[in-house]
Parts: sequence; structure tokens; C-alpha cells
Amino acid sequence: MRTLLLKSLFASPVTIAPPPPADAALAEVGRMLEQRARRLFGRSLTIREVDAGSCNGCELEIHALNNAVYDVERFGIRFAASPRHADVLLVTGPVTRNMKVALERTYAATPDPKWVVAAGDCAAGCGVFAGSYAVVGAVDEVIPVDLHIAGCPPRPIDLMKGLIALLDKATART
Amino acid sequence: MAQVSIASLLSRLTPVAAARQWPRYEVDHAGWDTVGRVLGQGGGDLIGLWAEEGGQVHLALRATNLANPAILTTGVVNRQFPSVGRHHAPAIRLERAIRDLHGYMPAGTPDERPWLDHGAWGVRAPLGARTAARLSDPAAYDFLPVTGQGLHQIPVGPVHAGIIEPGHFRFTANGETVARLEERLGYVHKGIDGLLAGADLDTAGRVVARVSGDETVALGFAFARAVEAALDIAVPTRAAVLRGVMAELERIANHFGDIGAICNDATFTLIHAYCGIFRERVLAACDGAFGHRLMMDRIVPGGVTQDITIAGVRAIIATLEDIAPRFAEVIRLYDDTPSLQDRTCTTGIVARDLVMRFAAGGHVGRASGRDFDCRRDLVYPPYRGLAFKVPVLKAGDVDARVWVRIREVEASMSMLRGWLLALPDGPVRVAVPRAGEWREGAAMVEAFRGDVLVWLRVAADGSLARCYVRDASWFQWPLLEAAIEGNIVADFPLCNKSFNCSYSGHDL
Repeated sequence: MRTLLLKSLFASPVTIAPPPPADAALAEVGRMLEQRARRLFGRSLTIREVDAGSCNGCELEIHALNNAVYDVERFGIRFAASPRHADVLLVTGPVTRNMKVALERTYAATPDPKWVVAAGDCAAGCGVFAGSYAVVGAVDEVIPVDLHIAGCPPRPIDLMKGLIALLDKATART
Repeated sequence: MAQVSIASLLSRLTPVAAARQWPRYEVDHAGWDTVGRVLGQGGGDLIGLWAEEGGQVHLALRATNLANPAILTTGVVNRQFPSVGRHHAPAIRLERAIRDLHGYMPAGTPDERPWLDHGAWGVRAPLGARTAARLSDPAAYDFLPVTGQGLHQIPVGPVHAGIIEPGHFRFTANGETVARLEERLGYVHKGIDGLLAGADLDTAGRVVARVSGDETVALGFAFARAVEAALDIAVPTRAAVLRGVMAELERIANHFGDIGAICNDATFTLIHAYCGIFRERVLAACDGAFGHRLMMDRIVPGGVTQDITIAGVRAIIATLEDIAPRFAEVIRLYDDTPSLQDRTCTTGIVARDLVMRFAAGGHVGRASGRDFDCRRDLVYPPYRGLAFKVPVLKAGDVDARVWVRIREVEASMSMLRGWLLALPDGPVRVAVPRAGEWREGAAMVEAFRGDVLVWLRVAADGSLARCYVRDASWFQWPLLEAAIEGNIVADFPLCNKSFNCSYSGHDL
């Protein structure tokens, strides 16, 4: 273990350079923030991830945000275990009928002010699962959504750009 | 007790004409019940159980002296069929799902509770009679009673603490020790069977690839092979090898993720950090070579959608060469860290008897002595003629499931090198013909978590009449309940991660 640690000390970081915020995401969250009170979060956002019916592809890529290559914690973005500690709900999947109540309760358990990010094509429009008896619909048919991040699944870099755009807007001083 | 063999039972029957490769036999209720009984006595492996609109229930099995898996079909009479679960426990949840989806009752079942139907669909038997149903409280569910002194319950989920899929775990603990875990699943049920019925092959392929995103390649592979079996399609050699490349890349990427995550659940973050980088490097190479990090929708009936360039080949080889020595170093660290092994060794033991009875695939079965791997035992291209070692361990604990993954990563890396250094030339896709008649096909593929089964019936016009996907998780989830018994609550994340069952793949 010592050799591994020592090597890491002298190795250059594997973390990629921060990407700029996504233009589309900036526009979308910009619209959203005109309608809501801005609030200083001290450049940090805490996220609670909710799988409302995804195939787990989105979860894999959201997981990747925490690896050493993307390392979103350097931007003040961290994932929390409880919605009580969250500013943002990051929701994936078409909302299944069996998850609707759980999603509503998770939203209710998140303190205001809060934002909802719908990650992935299913969260935005049900993807290939549209029209099923077991699916309620896209996330915004159950709870209000502030930002959509497209992709099946969205690449980590796109998730990152979207979240940075949200962070920039949400934490801007008025 | 004298046991009838399944092979001798089936030898008296004539298979249905439409079935290709895997024979399908129609049996009456008495014959069905006998097979259930023989399965319960250890006379074969149950590998799938599903129903079809119009009153049929199908059962797929493997047995000694049968060259290929076989499928049995029995008719539903008065909305009932004889329960296999009464003889053979692995069938119970599958029968509960059939009842919820089709409304067919498994007569004599030991468990009459619903499984996928949480009372939220607004319809009963959505793939059967489709009668309107009143919505009921999704939390209303009869967990099995647990009685005893000093017991308390810990409900967990459906929304979990990590970035994972939803499901409910009901622990009954005595102090720190788990007396019983009962799972309740079905939260991510998306109605996939319903979406597949009547779909054209392209649409269906895209849905099957999303049954469980982490094994999208294996699912696409199994779907494509089932269609090819039904329509007698031979896939070009280059396409078959590229499928193997994608399947093994998916396997190592997931195994890296799991090995790291298991260590992380023992708060040993160093290995997690390294494995996270390895996984990321592999996914980046996949993206470069195949245009998608998870390689979704790349395998289709007839071949693959995308050929690989020389640059793509080189990038994958370079990535593997970079990772291999570093992975070996990380594995030495795993092996040399007693504080970590203290958490993984002797934790979450699954008995061999259970993995045999449940025909549990993947690392869950192989870590407990079940020597089965589709790539070797139901061999398919490009694994034919390939010599590789299937790791089988006996300890059955979290540590053994980690080691099975480590050995599989090593085997996959060597397969990948072999294929990529000698890629055959030629086309990567052939056209999918129309049979002009009803056909049936089935295939099993070894996904990273175990065997995936796809069975389908293609209509004369080329659309799918019925498609059934059975993920390995169906036969692994019940064993997680056994693995955690007698362990402390704090070891559950380790046990759970060492299984890494799919919620979406199970809930469909």
C-alpha cells in the first residue's frame, strides 16, 4: 500500500479540466431562476439521486461523476444519502407507477428552495418506455423540473456541464 | 427415491415445429406437475418461467443428457396452471409475476401474495384480461411474520441512500444480527413484456437493450442470437468477434466497478478510486471504438451496427496494457490488507446447495461451487474453440465473489487481446430475412452478472408476438436473503454489492 500511495503522490492527477457550463442548460436554468428567488448557497449544491424507473444506465454515468476523472466534488457538488440534506433532486427514468409515490414523498422531504434535474431521455420523455401501462410519464408529469440533461444515458461530461450551469445560476449573488 | 429423468420424460414427446434449436414440448397438467416435481428433486435447472396471452405457460430448463435447454408449455385451464413453485422454490417469484401480469393462477402455490403489482397500475392482469382495478396503498404488503424475543424491524427503501436502483428491504434484526431479510421488488417495473409484444425487431431490440443498462451488450447479444436462431441467420465471423469484444469489455468494466464498490463499502476507498479510474478508461475506449460508452444498441440481429477502426483496436489494446499491471498491483493490495479481508472473508456465505437449487448464475453461483458459464457450457460464437478458465470457488462469501470477478477480468483481458490482435476481415452485418411463417427462437448469453435468457416468437410479418427476457437476478435475489442471515446489519451493503443484482432487469 505504501508504494501505491507514494506513486500517487508523484503522479499527475487523472482529473479532467473543468468543462464550461452547457449553453442549453444555462438557458434552461436561466429561465427557471427568473421565476424563483435566488439564494446564495456558498457555491455548493447537495444532490439526492432518485431512480424513478431507469434501466440503471443513467446511474452508472452519475456514479462516474464521483470518480477521480470527473470528481465533481471539486465544484462543490456532492451527493447526499437523504433528501433532507439535498438542494437538488437528480431524477432518472420514466416514472413508473410503482415509484410515483416514493418520488412524490422524496420531493416533499426535500427542503425548499430546491431544484429538480431530470437526467436522461427517459426522465425527459419516457424514452423507449413511452406508452406502457406501468409508466406514469416523464418526471415533470409528477414533480416540477428545472433542468433536463439529454442522453441515453447522458455522458458524465454532459451531466457535469448541466450541473455546473445549475450551480452557476443557483449560487449567483443577486 | 427413484427419480424419473427429465431427458427420458421428454424423449417420449415430439417438439413443436416452430421451435428452433431449443425444442419446445407441449405437456398436459400432469406432465407439467411431474417436471416440477423432478426439478424440485434436483433433476434439472429451472432457467425461465413465463406466460403468453391466450392461455399458455412456458418453462425453460436444463437437465443432464439434454444437449440444449428445452422448453415445456402447458395450457391454462380455468385461469389456472399447476404451480411449479410448490415443488421447486426458485419458481415462486416467477409464478407470482405471471399471476400479476397475466392473471393466471399457479394452483397450489405456497405464496399467494402479489409481486410486481403494487396496486398502482389501475389495471389488473395488464397482459391478460386487463380489468380495471382501484388504486391501493403501495405500502400495503404482507411481509412474512417474524416472531421472537428482542426482534426489531428496519425498513429500507425503495429510495436507497446510494446512487442505486429502488427496492425495499425489510430487515428483522436481533441487536446487530439479521434474523431475516425479506425483499420486496417491482418498483421499477416498466411493463417491458407489454412493450415488446407486437413491436418490430428494431424497436424491440432497443427496449431489450434497456432491460438493465449495465448489461446492455449482453442483452442485445442474447436478443440478436434469439432472433437469429428463429430466422436461421448466420452471423459473419467478424461481427461475432466484435460482439465478443463488446461483451468482454462490458464484463471487465462492470467487474472493476463492483470490485471497487465492494471495497468502498468496507470503507477502503483506495481500491475504489483505482478501480473507478480503470472502469472509466475502459468506457472511454469503448466510446472511442464503438461510439457509445456502454455500447448500447451496437449488437443487432444480423451482426453489429458499427465496425471498429484500426485506431479503435489500438486504443483498446493500449488501455488494457496500461490497466493490467496496475490492476495486478491493486489486487495485491486487496490480498495483503487484513482489515479489508476481515470484512469480506466469511461474510455473506451462500451454501452450495442453494446456488445449485436456484441455478444461480455468474459470480454468485461460481463463488459457491456452481461450475457453469454459458460461454463454455452453451457455447456460442465467438467463444467456440476458445480455451479459457472459468473460476469456481467454494467459500461462497463476499471474498469469493470478489475473487471470481478478479479472475474473470484476467480471463476477459486475455480473450480481448487474442481477438483484437487477429481480427478476421469481412462484413459485420447481414440482412434479417422474413420467415413468412411463425418462428420461435431462444438464446442464453453470459452477462457479467450471470446468464441472460431471451425467448421470442416472431410473427410471419417479422414483428414480435412475444418476447421474454429473464435476467440472472431472478435466481440471485432470493439467495441474498439467505446470504445476510446471521450477519450484522452493517455488512449488508457488502453482501448486496458482492451480488450486485439488477432491480430493473428483475422488475422488467
